[in-house]
Amino acid sequence: MSRSERRRRGGLALAAALLAVLVLLSLIGPRASPYSYSALDWRHLAVPPGLAGQHWLGTDSLGRDLYVRTLYGLRLSLVIGVLASAVSVLIGVAWGAAAGWVGGRLDAWMMRVVDVLYALPYLFIVLILAALFGRGNLAVLLLGIGAVGWLTLARVVRAQTLSLKRREFIEAARATGLSGAQVLWRHVLPNLAGTVVVYATLLVPQMIVYESFLSFLGLGVEPPRASLGSLINAGARQMLSAPWLLLVPATVLILLLLAFNLLGDGLRDVLDPTGR
Amino acid sequence: MSSTPPAGELLSAPEGLLSIEALRVRFPGTNAPALEDVSLAVGRGECLGVVGESGAGKSLTFLAAFGLLPAGAEVSGRARLGTTELLGLTERALDRIRGRRVGLVFQDPMSSLTPHLTVGAQVAEVLRRHLGLGARAARTRAGELLERVRLGDAGRRMRQYPHELSGGMRQRVMIAIALACEPQLLIADEPTTALDVTLQAQLLALLAQIKREQHMALVLITHDFGAVAGLADRVAVMRAGRVIESGTAAQVFGAPRETYTRELLRAAGEPPGVPAAPSAPAGAAVLEVSDLEVRFAHGTGLLRRRLFTALESVSLELAGGQALGIVGESGCGKSTLTRAALRLVRARGGRVVWLGRDVSALAPRYLRHLRRDLQLIFQDPLASLDPHLTVERLVGEPLEIHLSALPPAERLARTRSMLERVGLEPALYGRRPHELSGGQCQRVGIARAMILAPRLLVCDEPLSALDVRAQRQIRLLLEELRGEQGTSLLFVSHDLALVRRLCERALVLYRGRMVELGPSAALFERPLHPYTRELIEAIALADPALQPARLAKVALGEPPAPLASPGGCAFRARCPHATAVCAEQRPPWVSAGPGRWVACHHFGQWADGML
Repeated sequence: MSRSERRRRGGLALAAALLAVLVLLSLIGPRASPYSYSALDWRHLAVPPGLAGQHWLGTDSLGRDLYVRTLYGLRLSLVIGVLASAVSVLIGVAWGAAAGWVGGRLDAWMMRVVDVLYALPYLFIVLILAALFGRGNLAVLLLGIGAVGWLTLARVVRAQTLSLKRREFIEAARATGLSGAQVLWRHVLPNLAGTVVVYATLLVPQMIVYESFLSFLGLGVEPPRASLGSLINAGARQMLSAPWLLLVPATVLILLLLAFNLLGDGLRDVLDPTGR
Repeated sequence: MSSTPPAGELLSAPEGLLSIEALRVRFPGTNAPALEDVSLAVGRGECLGVVGESGAGKSLTFLAAFGLLPAGAEVSGRARLGTTELLGLTERALDRIRGRRVGLVFQDPMSSLTPHLTVGAQVAEVLRRHLGLGARAARTRAGELLERVRLGDAGRRMRQYPHELSGGMRQRVMIAIALACEPQLLIADEPTTALDVTLQAQLLALLAQIKREQHMALVLITHDFGAVAGLADRVAVMRAGRVIESGTAAQVFGAPRETYTRELLRAAGEPPGVPAAPSAPAGAAVLEVSDLEVRFAHGTGLLRRRLFTALESVSLELAGGQALGIVGESGCGKSTLTRAALRLVRARGGRVVWLGRDVSALAPRYLRHLRRDLQLIFQDPLASLDPHLTVERLVGEPLEIHLSALPPAERLARTRSMLERVGLEPALYGRRPHELSGGQCQRVGIARAMILAPRLLVCDEPLSALDVRAQRQIRLLLEELRGEQGTSLLFVSHDLALVRRLCERALVLYRGRMVELGPSAALFERPLHPYTRELIEAIALADPALQPARLAKVALGEPPAPLASPGGCAFRARCPHATAVCAEQRPPWVSAGPGRWVACHHFGQWADGML
């Protein structure tokens, strides 16, 4: 094992460990504290970390425990990010691979649909959905951000499929007697996996950021529930008086993004056998 | 040819120009040195052939001597050019030597030329930089140089970009750049390996002439003994970072000391007189193709697409157990013919019959099950294998597809025995294609094709991407498999000598048309078409007694561009025997003796020396 390879594997292990810690914390972390995410503690309003009994990371201006709220927000952000990305990947890969593989008129038609959706601001889509189904609906939120997430992936997958289609081993597979579906399933999709995984790991943080923006506009997570995005936005408004309200959730978000990025790099090296 | 230096101490050539002594190279992070105790010398006006397989350290030796290794490599020993010690020179001092006193030509001319500059500008740049010529003088001189290397229509070509030139033309430009400052030494690193036989011969003949006229020393790095035989005064054989044998060309070719040298020589020089594999009694036809025509859209015109005719009225028939060779230069339609015969590209007209069944009108999905009996082997073994699958899965895949009822254990057993049959070690079964050598990849490709015991195996230049020794091994393997399974062979190659060894019959294609068909031995001994003769003359014999004279007869120039007018004989622009009738009428495909066919107006006459 060469030095660079060892370093790559090291990065992957670090990312996996970091992610595992964050996931575990978001699941069982809140139980360690006596407070719930929505409980108000009127005796401790906006106290900094470490100064008031069991509020380890301080409280916000309503006296809610920041430790519990951050981990709760982390859980919600993870769920939204991962679910929205998974939906985006499914649609994007199916759409892109179908367009690229079949080609011709179907390809042109499918790609125009993508172009039209690109042109629609996702905010517009979310507003319509919110008007129809009510604000703060998690399913609506997922649908709204998932609707934009897959577009870029569909383009990337289509381009990859087009270039794979011209590779000689695809012709070799056809010459062996594989049907079109078999070639697609056995030789095209597996070779797309590296790209898709890398893109998906970058999509998760992107989705988390989308969600936080929607929360900021009041279209996302409704208080008293919290996501990392809504916590950061709330914290930013009190940045000068109570900086920990911004620093704590922001640090967690940064660690989360870092973990996903390292994971993407590490997975690409493992999944792409030619070691670009 | 320049005179051979007197036999004697080889390492101190009489007029030493470049001498490398005890050169040793080690890369950081590796234990074994990449080069060990390499000593070579080149005299003025002399040609040294450096022969060996890829990875033997041939290129590395000269890259190290001229300071072109990546930073960090440990280099020790001595390398002198004239009286200058090269090792330890500063980058600036080396810049004054490279390109000026020493010219370099590499294997892949496309990647050595800058894509965004015209070739004229690239030649001129070297002149301005090294000789300080003004813009106009440099341009004029660049034009002269391009004419010197016989780039046809040099004036127009100068204004073209590298991608507009063919591989042979690009290599000529590279030679022109290397010659720009009239170097004392030209180092040509596999200059012809990427080219087909005719171009190879032309470029080697050109190098021989330039060397003679400019009294320039030449180092020819190659894996091919045939290329060396026509040019080299002295030969050094390298293996695993060492020079294992060196001497005059006559010594090394005539009385090689090392077994390894003998092995390489045998691989290169099996006399073409060896008869083709014993032919099985001809069975029913496995493949019949008649009047096949294929056209490709060419360029992206806004209003209309121009069509390029890749194949025109090609017919052939291949009987069970027989082998047919398809010969011609790159771009002649050989590969297109195999793809069209296997119905992998759409033919515009003609009939294709597989095993007695007309498949011309069948939709692709009905062809799938029939494909089991007609398998294909590709030229580039690495590109034709799916990079994410292991060797075992690659070879087992055809079984999964065509014999899906087979229990997995049985499939694995068959896969393993096939892998064993093609000579792959069990340690390799779990590897992926990029972890294998070229020869090993090609074995995987063969195993994949042969595991279904097909009736017909189509081979598209299966050897040209391989080393000499791997070439020979793969060729023997193909011969054995063919003998065992009675498979018919459709063998595409630009190398007539190879086709002669493997196939009973050969079909020669030129620009998508058939020019000659016949038993390969007869074709070889008495070619009826002038193009066939050109192909035969281009074969490099690994014999320094014969090859220089043969090389001296090769035309130095780029073959003339094909004529635009579609009528007449396609070969006439290049043909030394063309007459008025050749421009007017397309030569008919006529019978010319038992089993022989030819398309030439004058075949009877010129072949008998009457024209």
